Amino acid sequence: MSIPADLKYTESHEWVRSESDGTVTVGITHHAQEALGDIVFIELPEVGKQVAPGDTIAVIESVKAASDIYAPVPGEIVETNAALADAPDQVNAGPYDAWLFKIKPSNSSALDGLLSAEQYGKSIGA
Amino acid sequence: MTELKKTPLHATHRALNARMVDFGGWDMPVNYGSQLDEHHAVRTDAGMFDVSHMCVVDATGDAVRPFLRHALANNVDKLQTPGRALYSCMLGVDGGVIDDLIVYFFAEDWFRIVVNAGTADKDVAWLTRLNADGGFGVTLKPRRDLSIVAVQGPNARAKVWQAVPGTQAPTEALKPFNAARVASGAFGELMVARTGYTGEDGFEIVVDNQHVDALWHAFLDQGVKPAGLGARDTLRLEAGMNLYGQDMDENVSPLDAGLAWTVDLKPERDFVGSAALRAKGQGATFVGLVLRKAGDKPAGILRAHQKVLTAHGEGEVTSGTFSPTLQESIAFARVPVGVAIGDEVQVAIRDKALPARVVKLPFVRNGKSLLA
Repeated sequence: MSIPADLKYTESHEWVRSESDGTVTVGITHHAQEALGDIVFIELPEVGKQVAPGDTIAVIESVKAASDIYAPVPGEIVETNAALADAPDQVNAGPYDAWLFKIKPSNSSALDGLLSAEQYGKSIGA
Repeated sequence: MTELKKTPLHATHRALNARMVDFGGWDMPVNYGSQLDEHHAVRTDAGMFDVSHMCVVDATGDAVRPFLRHALANNVDKLQTPGRALYSCMLGVDGGVIDDLIVYFFAEDWFRIVVNAGTADKDVAWLTRLNADGGFGVTLKPRRDLSIVAVQGPNARAKVWQAVPGTQAPTEALKPFNAARVASGAFGELMVARTGYTGEDGFEIVVDNQHVDALWHAFLDQGVKPAGLGARDTLRLEAGMNLYGQDMDENVSPLDAGLAWTVDLKPERDFVGSAALRAKGQGATFVGLVLRKAGDKPAGILRAHQKVLTAHGEGEVTSGTFSPTLQESIAFARVPVGVAIGDEVQVAIRDKALPARVVKLPFVRNGKSLLA
């Protein structure tokens, strides 16, 4: 089952990994990349941007559709995955390796509202 | 909830791991894993599409030819040899496009029309009304007992001949836009037409529902790659071919959708919509757009309904995508008269105005880019 147990999730199909330095790394799930199909273009946020949950901060475009990616937690964008610009299809090939951006959360309880792997699995009917 | 309609190949598509989608009320494959791979297979080898959701309509009777001269914007008098086919629009009285279709001539008392899936019921009702109003006495028969498989690509025809013994001799000499009826033995009578919606060579094959699954598997055995609606859309866009419901609809004149070449408006011609076209003339220009890259990467993706900003006023993208063969974003757009090939325009994509150049259609022919 392609929903790693050690990650947290949003209902909009982002995965979130807590790092030891307090930042979180964000990507999209296997379910999301499969629904999108072949990804051909990714627009990532600017480093330094302040984001709030629900903000559209990135766009992933497959051949047939554009999909908004939302900030899962409030905070600041501290890094984006520049390698994706040249090879956006990495997200299809390895959605849990091809991270999109990292956020420094603005408060310590930011991750509390996120879904567990089991909850995310239920939400997509897995 | 109304259930989606299924073609006879539905179970086979599921068995091939197709990702399915609702298309015009039909449960159809959008891809079988990668629409990019399927697109490239059609451009370089051979791919096949189940297009059985489209509808074959046979028109028979003594007055079929005059009926179709009246009902269609293109001139069926161009069809004098049995098997010859014609691409045409069917217009409303106001000149708007009801559908685009292909009509085949087989005999003076039998023409065959193939119409789009989502418009089939509307088209048959419209033709039925025109027939009754004009007293033509034509019999119109939707042939839901028939399926259609489109095999497309540089190796398509050869693979069809390998898959179905006996088809090569009667179809080898077919020129594009011509069809032949072939007794195939195992698969029943086939109508083999050298037509397609991809810009590549190939055949569209009409076959009885009871034989289509076996025919599909015979093509699979020859290495023809199943291809879905996703690849169909990128292929047709590269090939400069319109999609009904998106590039034109009942509110759009063919003259404003790049289809003036399919309309025969010679002075003696009188067909449904001709008066409106003569009165209004052309109101907009239909062009190709290529989005300028950011370095050597796409700056974005052109999509339907995006606004196009030109020196002559505002226009709109009607169809857009990322072109797998060109590795750029391409689109069709309806823009003000005055916009010319070679012009630079801007397209509003989310919060940016990105530059694009105006090009002549099509973008790709026989697998090769036509862009300068």
